[in-house]
Amino acid sequence: MRDVAIVSVAQTHHRRRVDELNEVELIQPVIHEALEGAGVTIRDIGFVCSGSSDYLAGQAFSFVMTLDAVGAWPPIQESHVEMDGAWALYEAWLKIQAGHADSALVYSYSKASPGDLPRVLSRQLDPYYYGPLWPDSVALAGLQAREMIDAGLIDEKEMAQIAHRNRTNAESNPFAQVKGSAPVDELLAQPFLSDPLRRHDAPPISDGGVAVVLAADDVARRWAERPAWIRGIDHRTDSHQFGSRDLTTSPSLALAAEKAGATGSFDVAELHAPFTHQERIATEALGLGADVDVNPSGGPLAANPMMAAGLLRLGEVANRIMAGTAGRGVATATSGHCLQQNLVAVLEGEK
Amino acid sequence: MATEDRTITPFPTGLWSQPQPSVPPLGADEPVQRIRVPASLRYRYNPGTATTRFLRGLQDKKIEGEACPSTGDVYVPPRGMSPTVGLPTTEQVEVGPNGTVSAFCVVHIGFGVNAPPTPFVSALILPDGGAVSLYGTILEIPIEQVRIGMRVEPVWVADDQLSTSFQNITHWRPIDEPDVAPELLKGHM
Amino acid sequence: MPDEATGELLEAPLVIEYPFNRTTGPVIGAFLTALRERRVLGITGADGRVICPPVEYDPVTSEPLTEMVEVGTEGTITSWSWVANVRDGQPLQQPHALALVRLDGADTSMLHVVDAPSPDAVCTGARVRIRWASEPEGLITDIAAFELTGES
Repeated sequence: MRDVAIVSVAQTHHRRRVDELNEVELIQPVIHEALEGAGVTIRDIGFVCSGSSDYLAGQAFSFVMTLDAVGAWPPIQESHVEMDGAWALYEAWLKIQAGHADSALVYSYSKASPGDLPRVLSRQLDPYYYGPLWPDSVALAGLQAREMIDAGLIDEKEMAQIAHRNRTNAESNPFAQVKGSAPVDELLAQPFLSDPLRRHDAPPISDGGVAVVLAADDVARRWAERPAWIRGIDHRTDSHQFGSRDLTTSPSLALAAEKAGATGSFDVAELHAPFTHQERIATEALGLGADVDVNPSGGPLAANPMMAAGLLRLGEVANRIMAGTAGRGVATATSGHCLQQNLVAVLEGEK
Repeated sequence: MATEDRTITPFPTGLWSQPQPSVPPLGADEPVQRIRVPASLRYRYNPGTATTRFLRGLQDKKIEGEACPSTGDVYVPPRGMSPTVGLPTTEQVEVGPNGTVSAFCVVHIGFGVNAPPTPFVSALILPDGGAVSLYGTILEIPIEQVRIGMRVEPVWVADDQLSTSFQNITHWRPIDEPDVAPELLKGHM
Repeated sequence: MPDEATGELLEAPLVIEYPFNRTTGPVIGAFLTALRERRVLGITGADGRVICPPVEYDPVTSEPLTEMVEVGTEGTITSWSWVANVRDGQPLQQPHALALVRLDGADTSMLHVVDAPSPDAVCTGARVRIRWASEPEGLITDIAAFELTGES
């Protein structure tokens, strides 16, 4: 196995809507900054992979257009996943492991503001049994929260505390969209958004993007002073059928964590848990102790650009390792409703 | 390590078949084998900065591209980036209005509610000063006479119909200028 | 198509529509055929539990499943959330509950909606029955919605 590391990360200032820019204009400065951060140009990169979804902005082949932001001439080796950029990173990692490249540029972005995101996300669903009902993504997450509340695994106060902690953490994150939180009792006094979820239990809708540079072995050591080495990475999925899953747990997250070697102690954990109750599921699945700093960036509750929020978690852990403020961290990314599909990565600085 | 076995094994039998389920007896009507599940999604689309400038130019009957900061190539319609270097384009450059047919085909089966009556010529037109071609239809000339290198001009809607839309140009028609040699069009489609 | 200018920014409505005609295969086809007759079928999983709505392959072992069985048209709510902000295409156009309902005889739950006047009227464990569409077409929406029976 080759040693592969994240050597540079750049992200947008995430906002509710970025009306003045199209997706190409949105992601280009971020790609440029990530490459500059590694001290390289696109000519030095062996493989490019992006993660995005055309359905978000209703723009067919948007991922082809965003290659304009990369400067793909002469032609480059590139690929795309219609998924969160964390999976684009996984593909790039595989490419490097296979010896087909020594470095990669991975980026993902979302402009969900043109559409009605909770409705758009219903297009991910089984087209026979679920899709025709057009269920919105918040109500679906609510089903999972209800199962946890009914089982006594969480209550609305703990959910509000999770919201409060994440958004308070976001105050020190210059890129976060929702910074700061009202006190817990004020949060609980708010009306329901989709009973049992209140607005604070749900992530914001964000336009934004992130770009990451990967490099292997000595290339990584040349491009970053303190590379964030990917010591383990794995992804698994649970059944799509909500009614046959126990929604209070995420076996795919636990299995991905086990296969990625996510045991032992961590200084930091960035969890892609878009809803407050899901953070509890994630910390349980990973077996995280109370001493781990969870979502110091504010997590998806503070900024949730679809298709990018998972890659952002890997980026945020990598940033802290590269800055020397963390030695070992774990990041998760999720896909689908109710934590159906999950990726886990363990990142470490050189000892 | 032992020599790699590169034998390709055949697929297991029955891989692509699905066993028939045993089903309690149902009524005599034809069983359901297909469903129609239309999906409709509504968006509020923003074109972004560069395309907005382009559309505003069209409202004034101007075709404006943007120049690559490195090579000076003018891309139209502009997307805000030079695709060859990945850097923002900020300098607006008016191109055309005339152009040269760089490629075309004769469409016999139209699609979409706005397609012209068939057969019609669908073409790529390189505007004067531009590095890449625009899409358009060619009318006011017998189809057999359309050729690569032919010089054309855009036909605009009436002044009171102008808006921020590429549909301000209804079609392109030939102008009386000598053809451009096809070799000069290489790399500009 | 004229665009509306909002200050400096341009904006235009964009509608994306797909007709989507899908084949069902023998299992989903049988389920929808039964729905058209106001009956509900499930399928027996590898471990013997009855999965409804039926799936073609076992969720745990992946083996093809073939034994379809009839289940009831009444059931129990196993989870729910309240849809206050109704959207296009949803089965009910007034606020309602999104729910997982385990029909009598099934061991898994079906996703659908429950017609209820307010969230206070709904609870996990409440008994519901199918309200059938007046003109069945062989779609999941032949179940127009679930109604509370009044017991829990």
